Amino acid sequence: MNWKRITSSSLFLPLLALFALLLFNVIFVDGFLSIQMTEDGRLYGRLIDILNRSSSLIVLSLGMTFVIATSGIDISVGAVVAISAAVVCTLIGGRGDGVAEHPMALAILAAVAIGVLCGIWNGFLVARLKIQAVVATLILMTAGRGIAQLLTAGQIITVYYKPFSYISGTIPGNVLPTNIFIAAAMVLLVGFIMKKTSIGLFVQAVGINATASKYAGISVSLVLFVVYAFSGFCAGVSGLIESSLIRAADANNAGLNMEMDAILAVALGGTLLSGGKFYIGGSVIGAITIQTLTTTMYALGIASDQLPVIKAIAVVVLCLIQSKKCQALVASWKENRHGGSAGKTVEKA
Amino acid sequence: MKKIVSLLLAAAMMLMVAGCGGGTEPKSSGSGSGSGAKQMTMGFSQIGAESEWRTANTESIKQAAKDAGVKLIFSDAQQKQENQIKAIRSFIAQGVDIIAFVPIVETGWDTVLKEAKDAKIPVIVVDRDVKLGDDSLYVAKIGTDSVAEGHKVFKWLDEYMTKQHKQPKDGSQFQVAILEGTVGSSPALRRQQGFKDEMAASSNAGKYNIIASQTGEFTRQKGQEVMESFLKSYGNKIDVLFAHNDDMALGAIQAIEAAGMKPGKDITIVSIDGVKGIFQAMIDGKSNCTVECNPLQGPLLMETAKKILAGQKVDKLVYVEEGVFPSDKAAEVLPSRKY
Repeated sequence: MNWKRITSSSLFLPLLALFALLLFNVIFVDGFLSIQMTEDGRLYGRLIDILNRSSSLIVLSLGMTFVIATSGIDISVGAVVAISAAVVCTLIGGRGDGVAEHPMALAILAAVAIGVLCGIWNGFLVARLKIQAVVATLILMTAGRGIAQLLTAGQIITVYYKPFSYISGTIPGNVLPTNIFIAAAMVLLVGFIMKKTSIGLFVQAVGINATASKYAGISVSLVLFVVYAFSGFCAGVSGLIESSLIRAADANNAGLNMEMDAILAVALGGTLLSGGKFYIGGSVIGAITIQTLTTTMYALGIASDQLPVIKAIAVVVLCLIQSKKCQALVASWKENRHGGSAGKTVEKA
Repeated sequence: MKKIVSLLLAAAMMLMVAGCGGGTEPKSSGSGSGSGAKQMTMGFSQIGAESEWRTANTESIKQAAKDAGVKLIFSDAQQKQENQIKAIRSFIAQGVDIIAFVPIVETGWDTVLKEAKDAKIPVIVVDRDVKLGDDSLYVAKIGTDSVAEGHKVFKWLDEYMTKQHKQPKDGSQFQVAILEGTVGSSPALRRQQGFKDEMAASSNAGKYNIIASQTGEFTRQKGQEVMESFLKSYGNKIDVLFAHNDDMALGAIQAIEAAGMKPGKDITIVSIDGVKGIFQAMIDGKSNCTVECNPLQGPLLMETAKKILAGQKVDKLVYVEEGVFPSDKAAEVLPSRKY
């Protein structure tokens, strides 16, 4: 009875996948679980790495979850990450003596604001002009990297200003990298809002049937607008984390293909790409699973060019598990087998 | 429509004939630029401006043309082969004295280069490689030698380890971790090959062991992530890091610092390219050496072009000079770095 309740929980399958992966690591990777304390008082180990590196994807997949729940999609987030990274790094400046040209708080605010602005642009195209989400966000996806290149003048801007590295690094005196807290705070905030307001219900309603929602009195275009703006906001924050990780803005590579990882994280989390019901917790677990996969590949010494193939296999398997047809097939196969063995026992008797 | 095409073709052929005359007798065909009747005209097709390195490459060629008094007709192909082929055809039509181009891809050049040969315009291939059925279609190739870069990395490393009296951390062999470039890309393949060949040929081969080699895709982020993993797997065993480009080394330096080690001291770091960022890191004592991959190919190109037009023999393969910059030279070299 209790077991059934656990297995039917929306988080069961994503968690199962993550645990299977972790178990695999524990068996095959030496010292996978070991966490040490460094001399300057930071925690150090593979598990910390996974959390540290997945935090930007977690933030990104939060925004993506809502977009997908409205049966939309936002493929521009990777490029927006690059823009946000370019903004924060150009504002702080790449001075070798480690002095910031503009206050860091201002740079951070500007980077996030640019992210929101990009989101608003997407929202305008989708909600107002009724352009299909893939096409609308494709515009920024292709143009965004160009904008980032323009901002950095085609160069990789390295920031030597020390506090900038604290965003994805550890603030002295703390034990964990700051970006883990940023991601956790955003997840908690979103969870809180979902619990206390009916925004989640509106998003879901729009995703299931926009026309019906409209007749039910929901402002569909407002919901879409907010959802895309939030996705932009998340991409802005993600850009901060990404650029702080390498302390530089690399317009060519920052956030490259991250939109696909974010969509994958959402899908792994059990949210259907057709929209409707969505699972924030599932997306977070999905994001961590993807990073764990990458880390596993490196730990095992598999070349990263093979990683996409393994990711693809994981996606296929998970999509199969989620499909109704497949579940029905498995159920009927089980029944047959039961029926068959029952028949045999009868024969024997 | 057909008429127009044939008219255009006829016009192009006429121009080609004219160009032919100009090509064979460059000295007598006054290009109308005044007193310097000997001025050479070069058509140059660059692939685009995708990186700082490429920009430095373009600037170098433009500057060298100016210095050498060469009239340069510059064309930016914006990463498209068809644009390059168009540009080369227009150079032929304009009757330039010599054509130089950076091929965006290796294949598909036979037809257009045959046209240039028929028009008796010599062609120089710059920076990248071409695959042709007939190698006489170009006169010379100018570029960087990725295999030699790999050689230089190991040579420097071996000398440095001996000179500094470094001892292997595990007592027997120096453990080398390698961050490779993008899988299958020719610089990654050749740099790796150069390094390994030199290591195998060295009398100290037994002192080194490649403990891990993994692609970091030529980016800072992947370099950092992979190094992080190396450090978790092999911890304090790694003596040397060889990164196929500077950016990956810069990422790895941050990972090494995060692991509580001193890059450049606990782990000896050597990389290839010579971008400004790595010089800054070397000045800060965080990296040990960079082997240059030189984009400043202009002067050599102009020199080779002049030799060809003067009827002198040139080598089919000409490599630009590529320096090795250890950290003690970094501070004095940085201000003069152009990329």
